[in-house]
Order: sequence, then C-alpha cells, then structure tokens
Amino acid sequence: MAWFRRSTTGVTTQPKLEVPEGLWHKCPSCKAALLTSELKDNQYVCSKCNYHLRIGSKEYFEILFDRQKFLERDSDLVAADPLGFVDTKPYLDRVKAARAKSGLNDAIRTASGTVEGVELVVTCMDFDFIGGSMGSVMGEKIARAADYACATQTPLLIISKSGGARMMEAAFSLMQLAKTSARLSLLADAGVPYISLMTDPTTGGVTASFAMLGDFNLAEPGALIGFAGPRVIRETIGKDLPKGFQTSEFLLEHGFLDKIVDRKDLRKTIAQILRLLKD
Amino acid sequence: MHFLEFEKPIQELHEELQRLKGIHAKGKTDLSSAINELEDKFTAERNILYSRLTGWQRVQVSRHPERPYTLFYAENTCTDFLEIHGDRVFRDDKAIVGGFARLDGKTVMIIGHQKGINTKMRQYRNFGMANPEGYRKALRLMKMAEKFGKPIITFIDTPGAYPGLEAEERGQAEAIARNIQEMMRLKVPVICLIVGEGASGGAIGIGVGNMVYMLENTWYSVISPESCSSILWRNWDHKEQAAEALQLTADKMKGHGLIDGIIPEPPGGAHSDPKAMADILRRHLISALSKFEGWSPSQLVTSRIEKFSSMGIFQTI
Ligand SMILES: [Zn+2]
Repeated sequence: MAWFRRSTTGVTTQPKLEVPEGLWHKCPSCKAALLTSELKDNQYVCSKCNYHLRIGSKEYFEILFDRQKFLERDSDLVAADPLGFVDTKPYLDRVKAARAKSGLNDAIRTASGTVEGVELVVTCMDFDFIGGSMGSVMGEKIARAADYACATQTPLLIISKSGGARMMEAAFSLMQLAKTSARLSLLADAGVPYISLMTDPTTGGVTASFAMLGDFNLAEPGALIGFAGPRVIRETIGKDLPKGFQTSEFLLEHGFLDKIVDRKDLRKTIAQILRLLKD
Repeated sequence: MHFLEFEKPIQELHEELQRLKGIHAKGKTDLSSAINELEDKFTAERNILYSRLTGWQRVQVSRHPERPYTLFYAENTCTDFLEIHGDRVFRDDKAIVGGFARLDGKTVMIIGHQKGINTKMRQYRNFGMANPEGYRKALRLMKMAEKFGKPIITFIDTPGAYPGLEAEERGQAEAIARNIQEMMRLKVPVICLIVGEGASGGAIGIGVGNMVYMLENTWYSVISPESCSSILWRNWDHKEQAAEALQLTADKMKGHGLIDGIIPEPPGGAHSDPKAMADILRRHLISALSKFEGWSPSQLVTSRIEKFSSMGIFQTI
C-alpha cells in the first residue's frame, strides 16, 4: 500500500483511498501521473498500463452492488486475544491501532445485496488491517457468510487479499483453514454457488483453504497468488524466480484459475455467472 | 546416541557410563555396581530434565533425528503393512507414505509424513516436506479407504509443505485446500496424530480428523518458532520467546480445545524407546477407533464439521 501512504501524508484520519480531489497519483507500475478523480472513476485501475491498484471492501462493495446499496452483516465481531500474545507489542494493541487507522473492525467485511438484480453475499478482505491476515474473526465471518448463503440459497463471493494466517492467534488461526472449509462444504452440498476472487496479494493459509476452492476461481490481472511467499521460495531454492511467477496469469496457465477478470468487467462477469447458474 | 543441546548434563553421564562399560567389558575390573548406580542416575536425571521441558525444548525433541517416523509406526503399531504409491497424476512423493495395514486384526489406512533416517535418506524424503503430489497421493489413499469402509490414521511430522518453485506450479495451495475440505467429508473414522512437527498448512493438509492427538513432545502451530521470530522480531534470536508465545505444545493445545488429547511418550522421549512408543500408540489407537464403532457416515462427518466449526475465539462489540 505504499502508493496510498505517500499520497495521504497529513490526512491519516481518512481511510485509505479517500484522497483529496486534485491530487496526482503515480502509478506504482508504469509511474504515469494519474489524476485521483479519474483513477477513482476508473475503479482504481491505471488508464495507461491497466495496473490494478489495491483497494478494500468499501471500494469493492461500491463496484459490485446495484446502486451501491448493500446490507453489512456481522460487523460487530472483533478480535479477542486467546493466547495473550506479545511480540514487540501486545496483539490487542496492534488490533486497536489497526482499527483506529483503518476504521475497520477486522480484516474482512460481509455484505449482502444485488448485482444486476441477482442476490449475492460478498465477503471481502482489507489488506490494510494487519495484512488482511486470517484470525478467528475472519474464520467466523466466512463461516457465517457461508451459513447465511446456505440458509437463503444465495450465491457467495469471497474476495481474498491476504498475507495468510494471523500469527498472533497461532493455532487458532491455523484451525480457521479447517473451520471455513467445513462450512463451505455444507454450502457445496446444498448446491449453492461459491465464487472466489483472488486479488493482489493472496498467499498462505487463505490460498491453502477457501480461496482455491471456488466453484469459480477468478483473479484480477497481475495479482500475486501463491502458497509460499516469493522471498521464502527464493531462499529455499537459492535462485531468482522467473518473471511472472505466481501471478494470476501464471496460475491461469497452470490450470488453477477459471478466468482473469479486469476490474471494469467484474460486476458484469459476476452477474453473468450468477445468471448462467440460475437459468 | 544423539544428544540435544539442553541434554548436556545427561550427555556427560552417558559418556561416563560408556567409559565404565568399556573398562568393565575388558574383564579386568568388575564395575557392575558403579555402572548400575550410574545408570540409575542417568535415568533419574533424564526423567527430571524431561519433566520440565520448555516449549522450545519440546520443539527440539520433536525434531530429534532418532525419533520414529510413519513407516516405523506402520510396522510397529500394525501388522501386514502394505505400502502403496503415487498420486496417479504426476509422481510418487517420497515425503508422504501410506498403505493398508492391520491394527488389532482390523484393516486401516495409514498415511503420514516420512522423514529420512540418515543424511542420504533425509534428502530422498525431502526432509518430510511434501509437494502437491504428496497431498494428492494422501487424498487418493483416503478416498480408497473410504470406498472400502476402512478407518484412516494419519501421522503428522513435517517442518512444512515444500515452498518450492515446482510446488507452486503444481498448486501446493490447491492440494492442501482440497485435502482439508475432502477430509472434512470422509465417511469413515479419521484419527490424526501429531508425532513430531506439526507445521501449518503442511500439517493440517492431512490433519482433519474426528480425533486429533499430539504426542507429548511435539508441536503444532501456524508457523515454526524460528520463522515467527524472524517475522515478528525481525531476527532469529527470539525463537524461544516465540515458542512460548505461540503456545504450540500439546498441553497448551489441549488447554485451548484445539486437540482432543495428549499421548504420553516413554521416559526420555519417543526416540529413547521407539518400540515402547509404538506400543503406547497402538493401545491408544485401538481405543480411539473403538469409540467410532457403529457410527453412521453422517454422524462421522457431522461431528467432524462441528468440532472444527467451534474453533476460534472472538468478541462482539
Ligand atoms: Zn500504470
């Protein structure tokens, strides 16, 4: 999120993308200077090189839902501290700081609404909140989203953007891989569609559980998607990684994605899938 | 005999014991009473040492090079072990082994990580770090066990799924994710045992069971203490602190309700008496499996789903 921090110096109370009008953004990829207002109109995609800037749940909900209207669900869940975890600072202090800085309660939000008239439950991660890490709150919110989707026979979309499991919840976070899979398997048994959208970055425990298990596995262009992080792999094999390794395009080529979807086509594509499965 | 860093005090006793035995064996001096005394002392000191292991020390014991691995347990808790190979897609992963065997006369499917017993074999087994084909082989074996109505026992001992270039190409994440979900729905009893290292996705990729047990000197967590130290403290020096913070030992995991039970190891750890360890394990497995006799497939699946669904602690505002 370096591009964002640079541009919001001095306006730290504003959550991420709400940058003042008139400011210029430098595209992190092609370095082109882009007008913030135009960038927003273009759904935070660089008009010069199609680089997809990182956005959060607020922006995805606005992009997806009809008339930008949706009902947020389970927003009252916040992290506890099952282990009394302290590294260089106490876990709950980190959570507190992340909540204050981002205005979010954890790294994931759930909402329900319609996309081109079709009902959809969306649960979307926020990388700004401790790296989009998965702890007990994320596990519970995904479980509840799956349960709600199951009970109402509404398709589920999970938008992933995460560094993986939240270390400060140790084995509790590891067990969320199993917990989310458990509830998604009930959704699968009920024949309700589940679409997974992987965005930059999706790695670790999130990829090794629900993100890879969609009926449809979609990804934004150029996203980093993998099990292990590139640094760990480089250190393990002692070689530089090939260009394009672990990108969406790489995963599509190796058979792990159904489709790469440009952000401008996201709403349309989701609606197309939902209608194809419905009719 | 390999001694760990914290075993220095008993290593000295052991060396002295070997020296006395050497002299005694030459037949000129009868040192049997001194030897007996020293042996008792060694056992007593070792038992004291092992009665108060720290988290980090248990991590070291879990990695002891003489600790028994899956193939040893398959041969020594069961009879008639028939190893079978391959994922039917790409190749046979040497870091995960499996096959049918007979436990107390009844057929079970054994699946587990396998580490090597010497330098050459450690490399051959990729240090117990499986590639996607290992997880897919495990799933193939589990589905076969399900088809024939045989219970599944998994032995978990891995420093992690292999973080390699080809592992990513072949979908390490997908393979683990698929296993977790498919294990959740298996229609036969599944018992999982952490017998050494239980590192993250690589462990839970064969770790979704009706019962999950940890041996006394093992660890199970989302990350190794070393990696945790390097990420959170930005250096490798806080591994002991990280091991405590992660609460990765069997007693802590049981306390948090994340595992179903702890299996005691022989005095001095599993490596000090592998046969005794296998005996304990066999008795334990027979009794664990007997609990599920007469359970219907849906009872087995539902109870597994409910167990993992209940894991997680959060608050509401
Ligand atoms: Zn650009």
